[in-house]
Amino acid sequence: MVSEHSDTAGGDSAPLALKILVAGGFGVGKTTLVGAVSEIKPLRTEELLSEVGQLVDDTDGVDQKVTTTVAMDFGRITIRSGLSLYLFGTPGQDRFWFLWDELSQGALGAVVLADTRRLEDCFPAVDYFEHRHIPFVVAVNCFTGARSYGAPEVLRALDLDKGTPVVLCDARDRDSGKEVLIRLVEYAGRMHTARLLDSVS
Amino acid sequence: MNENMTTGAPHEQGSQWYDNEAGPLVRPYAMTGGRTRPGPTGVRFDLIALVTLDPAAPGADGTGLGPEHRTLVDLCHTETQSVAELAAGSDLPVGVVRVLLGDLLELGCVTVSRPVPPAQLPDERILREVIEGLRAL
Repeated sequence: MVSEHSDTAGGDSAPLALKILVAGGFGVGKTTLVGAVSEIKPLRTEELLSEVGQLVDDTDGVDQKVTTTVAMDFGRITIRSGLSLYLFGTPGQDRFWFLWDELSQGALGAVVLADTRRLEDCFPAVDYFEHRHIPFVVAVNCFTGARSYGAPEVLRALDLDKGTPVVLCDARDRDSGKEVLIRLVEYAGRMHTARLLDSVS
Repeated sequence: MNENMTTGAPHEQGSQWYDNEAGPLVRPYAMTGGRTRPGPTGVRFDLIALVTLDPAAPGADGTGLGPEHRTLVDLCHTETQSVAELAAGSDLPVGVVRVLLGDLLELGCVTVSRPVPPAQLPDERILREVIEGLRAL
């Protein structure tokens, strides 16, 4: 028999892992953020894409059956023995959307990293999590030299749902990264409670 | 002698294929016996599914275990590992690790904890614990 321990009621007995995604445009600092808060050096996993991936990948005229690999960086934070948090940097390119479906399954929530110089790069990620009702916070990575906008301006520019937290951060800074994660977990908890209340009323 | 290595004597030519550019020497499907998904149990392991060695396991020296299976078992020896960590640690694609884990699960070498189902976020107590834990980092 396959052993399953999906019941969390047992609490401390079965080890529990939680998943948080870090999404955003290419080069916005996803891996940097993962690295800043992770207790291990960010690791890299590779997923092999077969032809299915190639079909999705609509490159005109290219019909070779090549397998491509897509890399995902991830890090870990151990809260206590038997409870750990895994952070996954989502693949930046749009053509790997289908991988997001797998990644986001069972995810506690997501951090959408944004760069105000290229705010539109994070639109797809915002759309994705909004549609799937996955709790997310927008973390504006304050690059040096970038004009700083306040959180309310970003909130408006992204047309976010009411209540979606927007946090300014420095993806290289551990404390700043921690703060982003704390905001996310708090928000995920609030969303969850609200949903529970909705379902009983 | 060494400077001639690049042009190479004819008998050395074969080794020129095995550089990093050529990709892995053993193809993924060879490690999984051509399978692309785990065996009859049909379990699809999440990236954060946690893999623990079964203390009562028959032992990794059993028949039917390939070198990659053993690598995974060895990685689990030190501590419980997530599927993602196993993939990174063994330098194998996640898809391959999943198939091999399916074998190990069937053989009773490991137990795999499934992550919390999407609809059922961990309870408030755990979330609070996570927040406290993050603050204390």
